[in-house]
Amino acid sequence: MSASELISLDAAELARRIHAREVSSAEVTRAHLERIEAVDGPAESGVHAFLHLDAEGALAAAEAADRAIADGAPASPLAGVPIALKDNLTTTDMPTTAASRILEGWRPPYDATVVARLRAAGLVPLGKTNLDEFAMGSSTENSAFGPSRNPWDLTRIPGGSGGGSSSAVAAGETPLALGSDTGGSIRQPGAVTGTVGVKPTYGTVSRYGLIAFSSSLDQIGPCARSVLDAALLHEVIGGQDGNDQTSVSAPLPPVVEAAQAGARGDLAGVRIGVVSEFSGEGYQPGVLGAFTDAVRVLGELGAEVVEVSCPSFGYALPAYYLIAPSEASSNLARFDAMRYGLRVGDDGGHAADEVMSLTREAGFGAEVKRRIMIGTHALSAGSYDALYGKAQKARTLIVRDFTAAFETCDVLISPTTPTTAFPIGERADDPLAMYLADLCTIPSNLAGNAALSVPCGRSADDGLPVGLQIMAPALADDRAYRVAAAYEVARGADTAPRIPELRALETTR
Amino acid sequence: MTVTVDAAPYTVEEVCERFDPVMGLEVHVELNTATKMFCGCANAFGAEPNTNICPVCLGLPGSLPRLNGTAVESAIKIGLALNCRVRERSGFARKNYFYPDMPKNFQISQYEDPIVFDGYLDVPLDDGTTWRVEIERAHMEEDTGKSLHIGGATGRIHGADHSLLDYNRAGVPLIEIVTRPIVGAGVRAPEVARAYVTALRDVLRGLGVSDVRMDQGSMRCDANVSLKPKGTSEFGTRTETKNVNSLRSVERAVRYEMGRHAGVLLSGGTVTQETRHFDEQSGTTSAGRPKETFADYRFFPEPDLPPLEPSRDWVETLRAGLPERPWERRARIQTEWGLSDEELRDLVNADALDLVADTVDAGAPPESARSWWVSYLAQQANTAGVTLPELAITPAQVARVVALVAEGTLTNKLARQVVDGVLAGEGEPDEVVAGRGLAVVSDESALTTAVDEALAAQPDIAEKIRAGKTKAAGAIVGAVMKATRGQADAARVQELVLERCR
Amino acid sequence: MSDITRDDVAHLARLARLAVSDAELDMFSGQIDAIVDTVSRVGEIPDDVPPTAQVVPQTNVLRPDATEPSLRRDVALAEAPAAEEGRFRVPRILGEEL
Repeated sequence: MSASELISLDAAELARRIHAREVSSAEVTRAHLERIEAVDGPAESGVHAFLHLDAEGALAAAEAADRAIADGAPASPLAGVPIALKDNLTTTDMPTTAASRILEGWRPPYDATVVARLRAAGLVPLGKTNLDEFAMGSSTENSAFGPSRNPWDLTRIPGGSGGGSSSAVAAGETPLALGSDTGGSIRQPGAVTGTVGVKPTYGTVSRYGLIAFSSSLDQIGPCARSVLDAALLHEVIGGQDGNDQTSVSAPLPPVVEAAQAGARGDLAGVRIGVVSEFSGEGYQPGVLGAFTDAVRVLGELGAEVVEVSCPSFGYALPAYYLIAPSEASSNLARFDAMRYGLRVGDDGGHAADEVMSLTREAGFGAEVKRRIMIGTHALSAGSYDALYGKAQKARTLIVRDFTAAFETCDVLISPTTPTTAFPIGERADDPLAMYLADLCTIPSNLAGNAALSVPCGRSADDGLPVGLQIMAPALADDRAYRVAAAYEVARGADTAPRIPELRALETTR
Repeated sequence: MTVTVDAAPYTVEEVCERFDPVMGLEVHVELNTATKMFCGCANAFGAEPNTNICPVCLGLPGSLPRLNGTAVESAIKIGLALNCRVRERSGFARKNYFYPDMPKNFQISQYEDPIVFDGYLDVPLDDGTTWRVEIERAHMEEDTGKSLHIGGATGRIHGADHSLLDYNRAGVPLIEIVTRPIVGAGVRAPEVARAYVTALRDVLRGLGVSDVRMDQGSMRCDANVSLKPKGTSEFGTRTETKNVNSLRSVERAVRYEMGRHAGVLLSGGTVTQETRHFDEQSGTTSAGRPKETFADYRFFPEPDLPPLEPSRDWVETLRAGLPERPWERRARIQTEWGLSDEELRDLVNADALDLVADTVDAGAPPESARSWWVSYLAQQANTAGVTLPELAITPAQVARVVALVAEGTLTNKLARQVVDGVLAGEGEPDEVVAGRGLAVVSDESALTTAVDEALAAQPDIAEKIRAGKTKAAGAIVGAVMKATRGQADAARVQELVLERCR
Repeated sequence: MSDITRDDVAHLARLARLAVSDAELDMFSGQIDAIVDTVSRVGEIPDDVPPTAQVVPQTNVLRPDATEPSLRRDVALAEAPAAEEGRFRVPRILGEEL
């Protein structure tokens, strides 16, 4: 089996072949490491999905998986399959930086719960992927180590904050990756890179070991090239964890079963609501065109598609840009040069307080500083009621809108993001324009319900990937998987290849 | 105009001719849970620096707090013991400020909704009356680490070159108990302050939720004092005195601040709202950090911890398990044991009340139990330089020794040797008796043999006894006692000597 | 606009321990003013709407009070910018302990 074939296979198919011993995990791992070698660098022009690669560790894990399989005891259905980890998840064997200078080179003394679960399940961590610094952004341009690039057009952004994980999956550097989604950081990169990205219900995947951005919104989830792959990974990482007291005791929804059921292509009896607020001005015609096609396909699958209005969703973006910075201003206070990470100005002359300020000034990028200051302002005694307090009330209204909509609909749908991937640099100096990329994804973070993005073909105007967002009630993630899997099958293969060739990169090396 | 007054020129009596003192007392208590508030690290005093730390209490990126259930129960118990209401729904908040001893640069605390609130404590005063101190709230929070300042003249913060941080204490569970303003105490304000902290300490000790050692910092008191000119209703500007590390200091600090405030006000100045530090040595306070403007802690709900909603059943179970209030228990014990006021006071002062009570519970008569603890054991503690509770003997062991004496196995003298053995780590009383061979020799044939041997060794004395000079028997008894190393019953030996010489 | 001035931003930077430069202050004050102006829209929401701080459906999540292993001290100190005598070494601390 050729390396180029291996890197284009889905995780489920790779797992089947590895477990049938048609190919070894070591071979599969090597194929992906070679692909990374070929297309990820150089940082200035390659995909640049990875901040850290652990080839040796990956091969050792792959060989361990092969031995377990040879002994007839694979650790899980995904044992032996490579995976990439967003670099805001702690790992004992690799540095964890959150793409920030302030944490450059930091070696955590503990694994995130999801990382420990991946290891226990026999998956093979390849390395750590790029992100907007501390997951604050929609393009990875805020990474202290340079942006990642969209494999379908290297001049464009791969989305963010989890652009590294999604571009790695899209480029065939890994079949699976983990991301974190605070306002859309898994779904929006999934949409613009033509991959699947899932934000599970808040509390169903442990956040222990996820470097917190906005604790009441953050949720870890899978990135993959197929709905079933995402579901398989979801089952590995999900479930209650004593290390995260916000993780829920309810059983994990049967997402793999739902993805398999959905793939049989029948949505009869399913009521799908189209959120009417997510259309119109600011939406790229090609995105709306692809979305309209998706609505038609869902109807053909037997679903009843209706329009629903969620009038308070208009408050989602402002509420998000108050709540997330507020929590971030507190979460990021710990980066103070005292116990770990960067220290600047410790020259005997400066006191601790000054060293803190100098370090934070030097170690944080502009977007992080902006959000810390906005959050500090929103929580200040003089503004709390008008800003943070009102944002919490907005959150209540958004929860109510969802509750009402889910009384009549099983799932809600919208475009994942209003536009396709925009050129790198286009919105870099306009934070407000950048924030619009998360317009459709933010409500589900505020309400905590499940939501995913599944590829929805290409935009007619620029040929770039478009994402379909499917939102389900809290703890009903399986519904979103079922609809997504049915749609995925019905839509059929793109005319574009499964993964981009990126031959230009290979020849420039 | 600000007038600096170093000495406190007015006595409490003088102050109260013109002013009414207003106090507020904030007491921080470290709970004696096995682990910290939000992680499984040991909650232990005096460990090697930075040995009881983990990703959570070190505030490492990605870590999350995990609330300690026992700490929550302790907080509820404290609230119930202070006649507080338990809030149906409470939660945690983040108090944001930067300080190197605080690993996350925010403290997880409770803000608008403390777990217990609206209570009171009826505090016994020296003259036998009680004073009701109203409790505003008691809430849970986490302690900070400790810093060591290097390079300064006295290890103080000023002039230090750098500091060294130990985070063992970071995350230790604290309960902060806040009173409502205490008004109307007048000249008794300093006494009320001390009596309140004393009563609170006794209640908490009775609950068993804290070591309440002010000397080790497991109980810390901040005293807020202000003066209100007589006849007005506006409270004056208050100061907050910290570092008050003993019960006596609470009283002294309040007295000093009352006098100092009066000095400032009567010389036409205004009291500055500030934190002051109490100096144990001089009994004075000195200005600390001025509270320039309102400190903006940017409190907001802690997103990493779900809310607390203690059920009625849970609260009632905890209420049912509350011990008697210490002073009520003392009154009951005094009656039951028939103690004089002085005897009771001696027991309390020697920290022996609980020990004696536990010894009685283990079966000893109150009089014997009390006698052991206040005399022989008190001497041993004194010699060893430890407190009675620290002595290496348990009330159950003392009770066993008392029982051995009562059943005739030990004489009082032997009993003291058994206690010495227990203190020396030789095991339980019965093991010491066996190990040292200390039981009274009650084997008649062995005793008879010893008597016969003594008589044979001193034939002239034996002759005198036979001749009816029974007083001479004393010498033979002495010899037998010596031969049996004091383990024989002297009265029985005397009888045997006379029998054998008949 | 939301009336966030350059001085306000300088104050926020001090509170947040960010030693921002003058050039940054110029840039940030305009941006933050614009952003706060936009997000202030939530002010339209009536006061009687209850707040939502969390979307966790459970309460009373408690950990048993049982000790777990701590970090080894050398591991805990390994990532410290400076350490001395088993402790984290930091520059001199100004002000009082809180």
